[in-house]
Amino acid sequence: MHVELRGITKNFGSLRANDGITLSIPSGTIQGILGENGAGKSTLMKILSGFYRPDGGSILLDGQVTRIASPADAIKQGIGMLHQDPLDFPPLRVIDDFILGGKAGFFPRRRDAVRDFQELARRFDFSIDCDSYVDTLTVGERQQLEILRLLWLGARLLILDEPTTGISLPQKEKLFETLKKLASEGMTILFVSHKLEDVEILCDTVAVLRKGALVGTMGLPFQTKAIVELMFGKEVPLAPKTQWEPGKKVLNAKNVAIDGIRIQIRGVDLQVREGEVIGLAGMEGSGQAMFLGACAGLTQPVGGSFCLDDDERDMTGRNHHDFKREGVAYLPAARLEQALVPGLTLTEHFILSEGMGGIFIDHKRALELAQRRIELYNIKGRPESPVESLSGGNQQRALLALLRDSLKLILVEHPTRGLDIESTVYIWSKLKERCAQGTAIVFISSDLDEILQYSDRVIVFFAGRVTPPLDAARLTVERLGRLIGGKDWESIEAEVAHA
Amino acid sequence: MRDSRLSNLLFQTGSVVLALVLTTLVLLVAGAQPLEAYKNIILGSVGSWDVAANVLVSWVPLLLATSGLLVTFTVGLWNIGIEGQITLGAIFTTWALRVLQQSGWNPGVIILIAVLAGMVGGSLWALLTGALKTFGGVNEIFGGLGLNFVAVALNLWLIFGPWKRPGVASMSGTLPFDRSLWMPIAEGSSRLTPLTIVFAVVGVLVVYGMIEGTYFGLKLKAVGKNPKSAYILGIPTWQHMMASFALCGLFAGLAGAVQVTAVYHRLIPSISSGYGYLGLMVAMLVGYRASLAAPVALFFAALNVGSIQLPIVLKLDSSLSGVLQGTLVLFVILGQGVRARLIKKSKEEA
Repeated sequence: MHVELRGITKNFGSLRANDGITLSIPSGTIQGILGENGAGKSTLMKILSGFYRPDGGSILLDGQVTRIASPADAIKQGIGMLHQDPLDFPPLRVIDDFILGGKAGFFPRRRDAVRDFQELARRFDFSIDCDSYVDTLTVGERQQLEILRLLWLGARLLILDEPTTGISLPQKEKLFETLKKLASEGMTILFVSHKLEDVEILCDTVAVLRKGALVGTMGLPFQTKAIVELMFGKEVPLAPKTQWEPGKKVLNAKNVAIDGIRIQIRGVDLQVREGEVIGLAGMEGSGQAMFLGACAGLTQPVGGSFCLDDDERDMTGRNHHDFKREGVAYLPAARLEQALVPGLTLTEHFILSEGMGGIFIDHKRALELAQRRIELYNIKGRPESPVESLSGGNQQRALLALLRDSLKLILVEHPTRGLDIESTVYIWSKLKERCAQGTAIVFISSDLDEILQYSDRVIVFFAGRVTPPLDAARLTVERLGRLIGGKDWESIEAEVAHA
Repeated sequence: MRDSRLSNLLFQTGSVVLALVLTTLVLLVAGAQPLEAYKNIILGSVGSWDVAANVLVSWVPLLLATSGLLVTFTVGLWNIGIEGQITLGAIFTTWALRVLQQSGWNPGVIILIAVLAGMVGGSLWALLTGALKTFGGVNEIFGGLGLNFVAVALNLWLIFGPWKRPGVASMSGTLPFDRSLWMPIAEGSSRLTPLTIVFAVVGVLVVYGMIEGTYFGLKLKAVGKNPKSAYILGIPTWQHMMASFALCGLFAGLAGAVQVTAVYHRLIPSISSGYGYLGLMVAMLVGYRASLAAPVALFFAALNVGSIQLPIVLKLDSSLSGVLQGTLVLFVILGQGVRARLIKKSKEEA
């Protein structure tokens, strides 16, 4: 199928997720779509697969202007989407999952479906038993099942969103072999990924998105340096950082191992000292959020230990409230989902976070506290404003304002995501104030400039692999971008082995 | 549409009108005279001092149950097991009275101990639901519903087994207690016990004050609105859920104790009288606000008592009050939903 996008635009409120994207993909092409988190990849794919309707622009399939009304409509028109987390039905048998969503009618003809399934599976040399249950399959097999299902439904364009996460190497090779075979038969394939290596092996051409816009395309042979530059932007010379003096030990993570649903991280070692800023870099879902949560006692590691302070008080296995009492604060990225309570006012949040004593609420004191903090943190809101009525930037300021005065360690997920420049600068000025008082900060960001600008040391996460803390002063955006995309890890591992 | 008091009032009124229209239709289908039926309900609830007193007798356990439920709703829990908690309250009260009735102690002291025992019983039964949820991962709706059946079975077993009347067990319950162990009845009335009204009024005031004025209440609200954020803010979440179960159980147990010591003076098979479920409806209707609980519960109690007239005068089934109560709740909640959608839509268009 020849797919043409013309000026696709999509806004979410004031955020422009897709900005006039124009791209033509001829039949039989494997088109890579690259971009960092929030670049607009998922939005574009969701528009193509009928989840979203674009605000502007048009989609042409084989030269015909097409309106894709829903995911069901998309598959009717031959567009099949393979989601990062397979949208299948774990409690069903493989064959029932296969039939679902199909054109089989009210009483599906199972025998025909079984025949079709086995024929398709044979063609691609997949060995899935059609009577087994979906939840007994590996992620890779579930992916194969989804591909077969989409092919059976007549997909002529296949969209794959981060398909190589969580599957084994042989499964990945099998997947690539299958995709190449399909493409040679005229199937158009959109391959969305952040793994440079995968894209380079598989794709015929890549398109790079950045901040919602298409910033460049490239055919074979690919130049990694140029791609990284397109993805993360040109190197900006940074202002020299003030030299950080190592203070007392605050957190000592030793040989930490954590099991996630899809990835595992092993052997993370990190010593954080007073006033230090550690940046955790990596594509979303590479293990950095798991690690940060474990530092806060929110998830428990399966191995290793967390100790606090110079006297190495062992906190392994303790819960978040124990960490909190020790002066460890955690600021999640999902502000309204995990950090603030929609429906409660700013004042009520300050009352809760302050942990005032007594039985009855001292409303006068609470109001004074709220007014003081609102002024101090420059929050555009009133004490009686419900938190959900604040803008994102002001919610983030409120989160900082909720932090207690003397803290050992602040763990922040995406401190400035979705914020405008003014708020970004403000948030970091407040965090830096804390550092000057001796508080250490560990933060996650997908903005490489932010990582390099504010961190003293950086840890990079990639598909469960973790670098040792790297000196930020000796890192460049390009090197960081390559590590995040899974390149150059041999050199890191060699360094570690050498040390 | 704007989010204003006026639009809210319009929708609330509209919901009530729609509920009346639907109930009228049901009456017409049943071949009854709607106006005649409504007149009888009104007369049956406020037509004389005696029926008005009956309304208050019904109001007390209903308001107690509603007050308890406001606590669990605040923390985001659906304590459907409140029926069983009322029943266990009644059982514990009966047990205490049975143990102490021959003790020769001051009847006032015995009644006090019995009421406290009822509160403890209701609370323990509620904590069981809470423990199933917290430690067993059983949703409180399923756990509560299951325990309701267990409570009914336990109650029946006691009435027909260990606590049966001398001679032959009966659906009319255990042997009534001696008059000295009844909660004092108001002079000139057959059933009204002023003390229980004090319980109900103090109860709802305590709940109101707790939710609106205390740190504990604010923490309950935070857990109810977003447990994840509440936890990050430093609030122990499951502990607050357990505490709210325990509190609701105290109120439910008190309702059960009132049923035994002030209304039936014995244990009967349907001792909870459905006040738990009705309390859920009242709580939903008032949008979980304690300030409105007392008048709405009074209205529901009046409907209940008033509709007793229907079978006597009009040969209609008294379940009509249930139809009216049910449709009222449905339409009010529907109205809120529609209004919220319209407001959202007009905001998006703006």
